[in-house]
Amino acid sequence: MRSAVVVFPASNCDRDMMVALEKLTGRPPLKVWHGDANFPEVDLIALPGGFSFGDYLRAGAMAARSPVMREVIARAKKGVAVMGICNGFQVLTEAGLLPGALMRNAALKFVCRDVHLKVEESQSAFTNRYAQGQVIRIPVAHHDGNYFADADTLDRLENEGQVVFRYCDEAGNASMDANPNGSQRNIAGILNERGNVLGMMPHPERLIEPALGGSDGRGFFESLVEALH
Amino acid sequence: MKARVHVTLKNGVLDPQGKAIQHALSALGFAGVEDVRQGKVIELELTEADEARARAAVEEMCKKLLANTVIENYAIDLVR
Repeated sequence: MRSAVVVFPASNCDRDMMVALEKLTGRPPLKVWHGDANFPEVDLIALPGGFSFGDYLRAGAMAARSPVMREVIARAKKGVAVMGICNGFQVLTEAGLLPGALMRNAALKFVCRDVHLKVEESQSAFTNRYAQGQVIRIPVAHHDGNYFADADTLDRLENEGQVVFRYCDEAGNASMDANPNGSQRNIAGILNERGNVLGMMPHPERLIEPALGGSDGRGFFESLVEALH
Repeated sequence: MKARVHVTLKNGVLDPQGKAIQHALSALGFAGVEDVRQGKVIELELTEADEARARAAVEEMCKKLLANTVIENYAIDLVR
């Protein structure tokens, strides 16, 4: 499986993503700079976390209009797998590849801690190695992770199986208390209609082996290897 | 010509920053503030002299970059 990690000015999780992809796919990913609209064909494009362009105007707004994203949008429309983690999720919504928007956290505070996620859809390229309904522990670190979409869009996402991860407590209840940022319906990660584009606020690349404090993020990368090998 | 773009959150979109401002005003003793909505102002210095063309161009800028129309409204003022 060939992968690429896009790097924007002020991305800061690109290296973690490169390490996770190399370890779990067995091949070092390409590193693609934001101004580079021509890069070799790959099976997976990853948009990493960080604060691209200093979050100027809106988180992800500038990155979404950068030259590399024209190519990412074109390839996503052809069916290439694209994933955006944290700032990458913000970039994907700003680029129109995923519905909705990520707003300032409801409590207005940067939140940096482990959260529990319920796997709501285990049939996707990104989650097939998890069990349906499985509860996993993954860290979040963001200021703008409050997922918003209008009620019709939210209903459509739910009905079409596009809500992939939901914030929950340890027992799997998607309660208000377990929602770290005010996201509508505790949504932590979504898919596009076709199922080849995923955005999520939590960071699976940060928990891929016990030395990092846990390995619940491994399944995410193992799913991609399974789906895209 | 100068264009002034006001970007505000749509009705129905929760504005946590507006709420925080409202609480701060109330803590400072300003009574009777029922709601606060905050947004941003973007000023553009344009070479275009024709008002209709300027407005059309700024409209495009708002849709493509200046506002995220999923959550935000925009209003354009042209200033001579």
